[in-house]
Amino acid sequence: MKTILFIEDESVLQKTFRDVLEKEGYKIITALDGEIGLRLVKEKKPNLVLLDLVLPKMDGFEVLKELKENKETKDIPVIILTNLEKSEDVDKALELGATTYLVKANYELKEVVEKVKKTLRE
Amino acid sequence: MAETIKKILNMLNPFGECKKYRISLWQCPPFLFVLMGLIIIGVIIATYFIATLRIDDPKIVTLIVLAMAAILIVIDYIITRSFERISEASRMKTEFIDIISHQLRSPLVNLKYSLEVLISKKHGKISKKELEYFKILDENIKIMGNLINNLLLISRIESGKLPFKKQEFSLSELTKEIILKFKPFSEASNVKIKLKAKKNLPKVFADPFWLRQIIKNLLDNAIRYIKQKGEVEVKISSKPKKLYFKISDTGVGIPKSEQKYIFQKFFRSKNILKYQTRGSGLGLYISKSILELMGGKIWFESKERKGTTFYFMLPIKK
Repeated sequence: MKTILFIEDESVLQKTFRDVLEKEGYKIITALDGEIGLRLVKEKKPNLVLLDLVLPKMDGFEVLKELKENKETKDIPVIILTNLEKSEDVDKALELGATTYLVKANYELKEVVEKVKKTLRE
Repeated sequence: MAETIKKILNMLNPFGECKKYRISLWQCPPFLFVLMGLIIIGVIIATYFIATLRIDDPKIVTLIVLAMAAILIVIDYIITRSFERISEASRMKTEFIDIISHQLRSPLVNLKYSLEVLISKKHGKISKKELEYFKILDENIKIMGNLINNLLLISRIESGKLPFKKQEFSLSELTKEIILKFKPFSEASNVKIKLKAKKNLPKVFADPFWLRQIIKNLLDNAIRYIKQKGEVEVKISSKPKKLYFKISDTGVGIPKSEQKYIFQKFFRSKNILKYQTRGSGLGLYISKSILELMGGKIWFESKERKGTTFYFMLPIKK
């Protein structure tokens, strides 16, 4: 069973995604802040990371940067799921090595799930 | 030390300071302050010369000059203070809209995604009645989402942070494509759309993404404000260096007394409010701002109960 780590400080969103992605047959682990998130990536080696950018303790950019600098975790695909929509944020995240960048307000849930599935197939 | 000197020099440079406020030089307090200073010096010197010519007692001359200077300084202070307040208020308003829109988005995304889970029926059956209500929720979440997007857009326009990617493209092709997408809506509203565009029209130089929003907005307005059945005609033509877009409808029109407010933020015409409560009154304001940023212009003609025609003009080349 493939594992997805969802790093997101909004617990409602965590619940929604857990419900939907579990139905699709994935195992979901969650982290409420950047620090815990980064620790869990190293410990659990998930198949995919869903990452918010505005996070307490350590923001998503830092998590992404550290994750991509570490040999053991650099190949894990990261999908950014955030409310930040400035083009400089998008560019920065993609430069740091994110696979896909999704703005929450512009995507439906099923579209996000599709992107997750597609990334995991590749 | 060098830093402090630099800071002081920066503060003394009115042009640099004015850029920060993003307003024209004539509305910018630091520039006006310097200008008023120069005027005061000029007036004092002039007063001195006129006074020495007419009055023999040097004491009285000094007094007149001093009184003149004091009056001018007080007036200067009042004027610049009020300008400063206005620009500060405008900056705060823009920031306020920005913060509110971002804070409103998170809970709205929660609502949107949660509702999608419910509607997907993957977690149990839902009744027809329940689905009806879910659809109402969904529609209203979308309306609110659009409103927040528009508010964000305005705050970006007003703070000069709207990104543009200008390129050359065919305005008639873009329009054709948009009209095709509007077909279900126009048919449902019993409105016919006609497009008249000459072949071989020159390409326009603008940002296609924003132009699409503008045309969609104009077309949506034209169809929405036709009562029962009617017709919308779109015409694209060119003059040297300029392309003209014209969209006429047979709708309710804009009352003469309200025409001057039509491009204002949040303005909604009274005759429309009677039967079309939806709409934020932001579309035309946004369209006008963006067109002007792209070097274009927008205007209209309208007669109540006859219809409205909107025009916009865009440059062909850089």
